[in-house]
Amino acid sequence: MNILSPIKEEVIEKLTVGTRVLISGVIYTARDAAHYRLIQALDKGGKLPFDLEGQTLYYMGPSPARPGQVIGSAGPTTSSRMDIYTPRLLAAGIRAMIGKGSRSPEVREAIKKYKAVYLVTIGGAGALLAKSIKQAEVIAYEDLGAEAIMRLTVENFPAIVANDIYGQDLFEQGKAKYQKGRK
Amino acid sequence: MKEIKTSAITQAIARLCQEANFGLGEDVLSALKQAQKTEQSPLGREVLSQLIENARIAQEERRPLCQDCGTAVVFLEIGQEIHITGGDLNAAVKEGVRQGYAEGYLRKAMVSQPFSSRINTKDNTPPVIHAEIVAGDKLKITVMPKGGGAENMSRLAMLMPSDGRQGIIDLVVKTVDDAGGNSCPPLIIGMGIGGTAEKAMLLAKKALLRKVAQPNPDPEIAELEKEILAQVNALGIGPMGFGGNTTALAVHAEVMPTHITSLPVAVNLQCHSARHKEAIL
Repeated sequence: MNILSPIKEEVIEKLTVGTRVLISGVIYTARDAAHYRLIQALDKGGKLPFDLEGQTLYYMGPSPARPGQVIGSAGPTTSSRMDIYTPRLLAAGIRAMIGKGSRSPEVREAIKKYKAVYLVTIGGAGALLAKSIKQAEVIAYEDLGAEAIMRLTVENFPAIVANDIYGQDLFEQGKAKYQKGRK
Repeated sequence: MKEIKTSAITQAIARLCQEANFGLGEDVLSALKQAQKTEQSPLGREVLSQLIENARIAQEERRPLCQDCGTAVVFLEIGQEIHITGGDLNAAVKEGVRQGYAEGYLRKAMVSQPFSSRINTKDNTPPVIHAEIVAGDKLKITVMPKGGGAENMSRLAMLMPSDGRQGIIDLVVKTVDDAGGNSCPPLIIGMGIGGTAEKAMLLAKKALLRKVAQPNPDPEIAELEKEILAQVNALGIGPMGFGGNTTALAVHAEVMPTHITSLPVAVNLQCHSARHKEAIL
């Protein structure tokens, strides 16, 4: 399924666990250090580096681009490190997240509550995923280096729905299907 | 006495840091290809084929296999017959890592003061160096860029001797199960059994350097590796945790004697981006 980011609510409603998507449009990178700063800015009522409303976050810190490249390798990092910050960011307007690995019960609850979606892509396929990134620009927290917030323009960026607004979980379902013996 | 200049060591390490980050070993690639034939989940098979495609692109474009270019873990086997000249060996290794990560456009991931300031050192130093003196007149250098995702899911347990073989199996299976998709399966599972706490973990890490799926020469240990692999793959976690029967490509266990009161067991997880390259000077 081809989708545009920011992802509209009526599209999020159609994204059920296991759906394969190709994302085009704008996404923002943020890892732990950037999440911490975003939360601090929200706490202080300070200015945010971009309007969070409806936006998509990609948990990713790229390797440096060689001259002439848009970006270096650009695969996902482990999402669970962001779990502690995520419900707050969903409350503040974020509607989609891209990462790797499963989420906490609190995050899954918040995904249902705020009608958001968690997508996963392939960890360790950073060279391949970089091909779908057409533009990259650091927009905030440049001092964090690879952890700075970047605005990425992507075309047909591949991902899979891992948590949907209906409370389903790709990891639980996948494991249950292929587990042998003790169930 | 054979002399090796520190400048040659720096140069070798700078090259190995890049080669390791751009190219997956043939053994890893063939294990991934083999898994494509046995993986039951269509999505799992697709993940495996994308990993193989990723490795092709990385090699061709000299682009890192993974944006996490790791902590630079450097193993030195220093022949006792050689004399290293031209300055401090540790400084030469560190300089090699600095040069390699800069020249290769590799991501710098080391932070100072791990529990407070966490400021990026900006050149991926310091490396973690494991040096040992061995017989002979060669210097063997192995560079292993170790990604954070799998390293974070590693475990050490000081089991009771009465826990025995079953205790070891239970520990490894639980470690892999708890890690789920976070450790980027399919994994290579490094195990160190025996010694002391720190020695067990070092054995586990060194076990990851073995050619993928080459069994331990001791039949009893090889049998343990086989049994753990079967149990881990029965968990259903699969490639990237999306479900499937390929949660691990191999289990490598190294064993050594231990104290009468002890049964140390270390589990060091390696993601599918199992990178290491070596050189002999």
